[in-house]
Amino acid sequence: MEIFNNLIFGFSVALSLQNLIYCFIGVFVGTAIGVLPGVGPLVTIAMLLPITFNLPPIPALIMLAGIYYGSQYGGSTTSILMNLPGETASVVTCIDGYQMARQGRAGPALAICAIASFIAGCVGTLLIAMFGPPIAEMALKFGAPEYFSLMLMALIAAACLSSGDMVKALAMVVFGLLLGIIGTDVNSGMARFSFGIPELTDGMGFTVVAVGLFAISEIVKNLETKEMGEVFTSKIKNIMPTWADLKASFWPVVRGTGVGAFFGTLPGTGPSIASFSSYMVEKKSAKDPSRFGKGAIEGVAGPEAANNAAAQTAFIPTLTLGIPGSGTMALMLGALTIQGIAPGPQVMTAKPDLFWGLIASMWIGNLLLVILNLPLVGMWVQLLKVPYRWLFPSIIMFCAVGNYSVNNSAMDLYLVGIMGILGYVLVKLECPPAPLILGFVLGPLMEENLRRALLISRGDPTVFFTRPISLGFMIAAVFILVIMILPAIRKKKEQAYEGGGG
Amino acid sequence: MNVKPWDNKDLLAGLLMIGVGAVAFYMALDYPFGSALRMGPGYFPRVLAGILIAFGIYVGLRGLRVQEKVEGIWGWKALALITTAFFVYGWLMDRIGMIPSLVVLFFVSALAGHEFRLKEVIILTVVMTAFAWAVFIWGLGMPYRLFWWN
Repeated sequence: MEIFNNLIFGFSVALSLQNLIYCFIGVFVGTAIGVLPGVGPLVTIAMLLPITFNLPPIPALIMLAGIYYGSQYGGSTTSILMNLPGETASVVTCIDGYQMARQGRAGPALAICAIASFIAGCVGTLLIAMFGPPIAEMALKFGAPEYFSLMLMALIAAACLSSGDMVKALAMVVFGLLLGIIGTDVNSGMARFSFGIPELTDGMGFTVVAVGLFAISEIVKNLETKEMGEVFTSKIKNIMPTWADLKASFWPVVRGTGVGAFFGTLPGTGPSIASFSSYMVEKKSAKDPSRFGKGAIEGVAGPEAANNAAAQTAFIPTLTLGIPGSGTMALMLGALTIQGIAPGPQVMTAKPDLFWGLIASMWIGNLLLVILNLPLVGMWVQLLKVPYRWLFPSIIMFCAVGNYSVNNSAMDLYLVGIMGILGYVLVKLECPPAPLILGFVLGPLMEENLRRALLISRGDPTVFFTRPISLGFMIAAVFILVIMILPAIRKKKEQAYEGGGG
Repeated sequence: MNVKPWDNKDLLAGLLMIGVGAVAFYMALDYPFGSALRMGPGYFPRVLAGILIAFGIYVGLRGLRVQEKVEGIWGWKALALITTAFFVYGWLMDRIGMIPSLVVLFFVSALAGHEFRLKEVIILTVVMTAFAWAVFIWGLGMPYRLFWWN
C-alpha cells in the first residue's frame, strides 16, 4: 500500500495552490500552442523551456509536463480539423480523424480523443507510480560500467528504432555526444572545443541547442511551402459522441493504452510508433478493415490512447534512470539538470516531493485537459485560423527573449543562430535532430561513467562484459543493432512508419 | 539518373559528418590523450570524432551509389533572415534596450514570410511586444532596460 501513500503524498504536493496554478498554465498554454498549426510539442517545449528556469524546480517541472501533454493533445485537434500533423505521433490521427471531420463528425472525434487520452493518461500515471520505485531501487545499485552500458544501449536503441535512416541517426548521436563535450573537462579542468569563446567554457546551453535545432529548422521548413489546407470549423455542432461511438471505442482504447504504455518505455519509440502500432492493431482486429481511412472512430480512439499512454510512460526511464528515450524527454531531463537536480535513480529518494508531486500533477493535468477541451473546443478551433505569418515571428520572439533570459548573454543568441543553421541543414539532409539532442544530454554523463568504469577496472575494457547487468545491456545493444541491420526487419519498421503515414 | 553533387542528399550529409569529425579530431589533438586507465581529456573526443568520420564516409559513399536528391527547395532566404533576427536581437539587447530590439526582431523575422503586410506587422509588433513585457518583465521580473535612455 506504499504506492497509495506515495500517491497521496504526491497529491498533497500537486494540489497546493501554486502548483495547481502552474499545472493549469502549463496545460492551457501547451494546448493553445499545440493547436496552432505547424507548431509541434518539441518546438513548444523548446520555446517555453527558458521561461520555466525562473521558477522553483517543482512548479517548473509540473508546468513543463503540462505543456508536454497539453501540446500533444492540442496537436490531435489540429490533425482532426486540418489534416495537419504537428508531429509524427499525430499522423495517424489525421487518417481517420480528418475523414470524420469531413463527414461532419469533428465533434465526436475530438471528444473521443479527449476521453481516450484521459483514460490512457490515468493508466500511464498509475504505471509510473507502480514501476518507478522498483526500477529506481534496482538502478541505485548500478555502478559506472552498468551506467555506461545502459546509456550506450539506450542511445543505440533510440537511433535504431526511431523513424528514418538508422546510420544517420547513429551518426547524429555521435555528433550530439561531441557537442556535449564542449566546455570545461571536469577531470582536468581543460576547456575543450571552446573556440576561444569564454562563454563556451561553461558548455553550450541546453536551451540554445534545443531552440536552434528544433524551433528554427521547423519554422524555416514551414516557410518553404505556402500556407495550408481547409479547416472544418463551422461544422462542430454536436460534440458528444453517440453511445455507439463509445461502445466502438472501448476496446480500441484499452488495447491502445496497452500498446502505448509498452512502447513509451522503450527508447526511441515513444508516442509515434505507439500510435502507428495501435492503428495497425485496430485495423487488423476490425471486422471490416475497409472502413479504416474513411472515418472509423476506432482509428482515432486507439492511436490517441496509445499516443497519450506512451507520452506518460516515457517518463519512467527519464525519471528513474535519468535516461531519456526521445527528444521531448531529453528536453525534460535538461530542464531537471538546469534546475540543479542531477537526474537518476536518486531523484525519487532525494526529492520525493518533486517525483510524486510531478506524477500526481500528471493525473490532475490529464483531468484538466478533458475539462479544458470538451467545452472549450470552439475556442481552440478559433486558434486554427491564426495565419502562420503572425505565428512564426511570435515564436521567434519567445525563443529569443527566453534564451536571453537564461544567462542574460548575447552570446547565447548568436549560438542559437548558428545551431539554427546547423539544424536546418541537418533536417534538409534528413539527418534526424532528436538523436542528436539525446547524445548531447547524455554525452557528459557517458564520458564520466566510461572514465570511472575503466579506472575501477584498471584500464581493462572487458569490465563491460564481465559484470552481468552490464553484459545484459551490451547484449541488448548488439541485438538491437543486428536485428535492425537484417533487411527483413528493417523493411517491417519502414512499413510500420509508412503504413500509418499513407 | 545522376544527381548533381550539390543536390545529392547523402553525399552532402556524409561530407558534413566528415567535416565536423575532422575539425573535432584536429582540435582534440591539443588535448592529452591519456591511456584507457587514465583517460585524458582528448580520449573521448578523438574516439567520437573517428566514429563520426567513419559514419560520414559510409553515408557519403552510399550517396554516390544511391543518388537521391535533397527534397524540396532550400529556404535560404528565410533561414538567413531568421538567424539574423536572433543575431541582431542579441547584439541590440545590450545596447538599446528591449523594446526597440523587439521591434527590429519582428520586422526582420516577418520579412522571412511569404508576404509582408506592413499594417499587420506593426500591429503584431505592438501586441507581442506588450505581451513580452507582461511575461518577462512584469511576470518573471527580468531586470531589462526597456529603452536606451532607461
